[in-house]
Amino acid sequence: MRILIIEDDRETAEYLRKGLAESGHVADHAATGPEGLAMAPGGHYDALIVDRMLPEMEGLAVIQQLREQKLTTPVLILSALGQVNDRVRGLRAGGDDYLVKPFAFSELLARLEALTRRRGGDDLEAATHLRAGDLEMDLLRRTVTRAEKPVDLQPREFRLLEYLMRHEGQVVTRTMLLEGVWDYHFDPQTNVIDVHISRLRAKIDKGNPIPLLHTIRGAGYSLRAPA
Amino acid sequence: MRSAAPATACVPRLNLVRTTAFRLTVLYLALFSASVLAILGFIYWSTVAVLDRQTRATIEAEVKGLAEQYKERGLAGLIDVVRDRSGEGGGRDSVYLLFDPQVGPLAGNLAAWPTVATGPGEWITLDLMRREEGRLMPHEVHARTFQLLGGYRMLVGRDMYEKTKFRRIVVETLAWSLAATLGLGLVGGVILSRRMLARVEGVTRTARRIMQGDLSQRIEPAGSDDEFDRLAESLNAMFEQIERLMAGMRLATDSLAHDLRGPLTRLRGRIELALIHPPDPALDRNALNDVLSQTDAALAMFDSLLKIAAAEAGVATTELKPLDLGALARDAAELYEPLAEEKGIRLDIETRPAPRVAAQRELLAQAVANLLDNAVKHTPAGGAITVRVVEDGGGAMLTIADTGPGIPAVDRERVLERFVRLQESRSGPGAGLGLSLVAAVAKLHGAHLRLDDNPAWLTTERAPLAAPGTAGPGLSIEICFPPAPEQSFASAAQ
Repeated sequence: MRILIIEDDRETAEYLRKGLAESGHVADHAATGPEGLAMAPGGHYDALIVDRMLPEMEGLAVIQQLREQKLTTPVLILSALGQVNDRVRGLRAGGDDYLVKPFAFSELLARLEALTRRRGGDDLEAATHLRAGDLEMDLLRRTVTRAEKPVDLQPREFRLLEYLMRHEGQVVTRTMLLEGVWDYHFDPQTNVIDVHISRLRAKIDKGNPIPLLHTIRGAGYSLRAPA
Repeated sequence: MRSAAPATACVPRLNLVRTTAFRLTVLYLALFSASVLAILGFIYWSTVAVLDRQTRATIEAEVKGLAEQYKERGLAGLIDVVRDRSGEGGGRDSVYLLFDPQVGPLAGNLAAWPTVATGPGEWITLDLMRREEGRLMPHEVHARTFQLLGGYRMLVGRDMYEKTKFRRIVVETLAWSLAATLGLGLVGGVILSRRMLARVEGVTRTARRIMQGDLSQRIEPAGSDDEFDRLAESLNAMFEQIERLMAGMRLATDSLAHDLRGPLTRLRGRIELALIHPPDPALDRNALNDVLSQTDAALAMFDSLLKIAAAEAGVATTELKPLDLGALARDAAELYEPLAEEKGIRLDIETRPAPRVAAQRELLAQAVANLLDNAVKHTPAGGAITVRVVEDGGGAMLTIADTGPGIPAVDRERVLERFVRLQESRSGPGAGLGLSLVAAVAKLHGAHLRLDDNPAWLTTERAPLAAPGTAGPGLSIEICFPPAPEQSFASAAQ
């Protein structure tokens, strides 16, 4: 991936750049809003990371201008402002996701991957059916099968699996699950998500030689079918 | 002297004349005096008019009578009558003069024809000197002149003694009443001002002492239940709140310093140790993992503190949206259900239709999650947690009850404070911020928070609990939300 970081704090920018490089991505850095505005359209970036509090020009204004120029590159807003209204404002201004500082790099990476993946156009089949290996989900009938055998899921487990399947092959963090499945924008600070995942795993992976639901240490989970 | 010096221990004393009470008294006195003046003036004016009219009527009647005498008995008869009336037997208030322009006065008690009387038939006022108890006294006389046949002129007058006397009485009354009003008013004003001054001074003194750092000072109410007592009550309530907030802040800062020192010291220790021993990738990675989790713990603590501070500072009422408490509780219970199940705890949820409450969803959800988290943490295997939402007094009530050790009654206030952990839970994870957040969120929503032993309904109405699941009296936490005000729905409807 090619990422543009619009961030005035050199240290944070360097940390992001290094982390992204180590994960096999290329990152450019713009230290001010105008610089970012100039770089974003021509660089063919896969995603932008935009800090909200920038000198000269606010991050949200940068995003708004880019959106006015019909730039559709996904934007991840990175900000110390973490209240609900801040997030709402950020997303309304054209951001695609919002991450509050301080953040874990694994979280940032997982969200970036989710953002860039989402761009792929979904056809009608994808809108009603999700598939990962021999795991199939019928969104209309709300049924799940693994190797053509029905899997019985509770409504919330269904939504959890749906979220994981929609982000197939990507790392999904606990916070992403809490936000995406429960609409909780806070961390309950316990292993609740782990317990939900292990229940789900028991239902879809048990008795199957190939596990689909993987735990990524220090980051989260990933639903992945062997290639 | 009033000085621009900063308000320190030296409190400038209030000047009596400068007090509002005194100024009001003076203003009132001025108004009162003006009214007294106006009323007495009016009485004087109207009474004098009546007296004047009476005098005129008397004089007119007398003139008429004399004219008849003249017509019947001629000049000699008239002279007789005038002499008779103005003589010893006549009224001492009457003044007569029958005058012949050639000869001079013919009869009457006036020495000469007054110079002011020029034509006949006119009303005049004479200033005469009259002998009274051996002294000459000025007298005002109202009189009328007229012309008789034969060139004689006649003057009939009345002494206005009554009017003068009345005027004197009025003026004297006026003077006395004004003097009395001013005197009494000033004395009253001074007494009133002093009284108010004393009470205001009391408030000022208390405020100064509080500013000097003694937050326990309160204003002594006079017990009169007047506006000053009410003011004192309000101020005392405010001082109470300030003292509580200050104490809370002090506790939070102290605890923060204390509780953060722990993870930070461990953090430092781990880093130092990792640097001391010879480089070993496996050990270094372990150390880094430790450092990461310690940092996360410290960050989580900060996050909770910020959330509590935000909840305590309050949010705009427009941020409160109508919310189904039952649905929120079900969501949270469902999140924790597998966790409870894994620990061998039964989690029951029971929601009955309840009115929606005005709430900030995220904070409320976090509060409920904190409560469930605590309940799962403290309830032993085999126990039960019950989440209940019911209608209560027009609002909605959320109850979360467990069969854990419970919280002793003496500690129930204390556990709501920041960083307070009971001894038995001290060793476990957490910074003692969970219940503080719940308390702050409840307060923000105007809800009433109550901690109690788990009531009997949990153990009797439901299936009897196995002994191992009951570690103590259990804990029941009730949050009672008031009925949502209409305007909170109006803003949410848009």
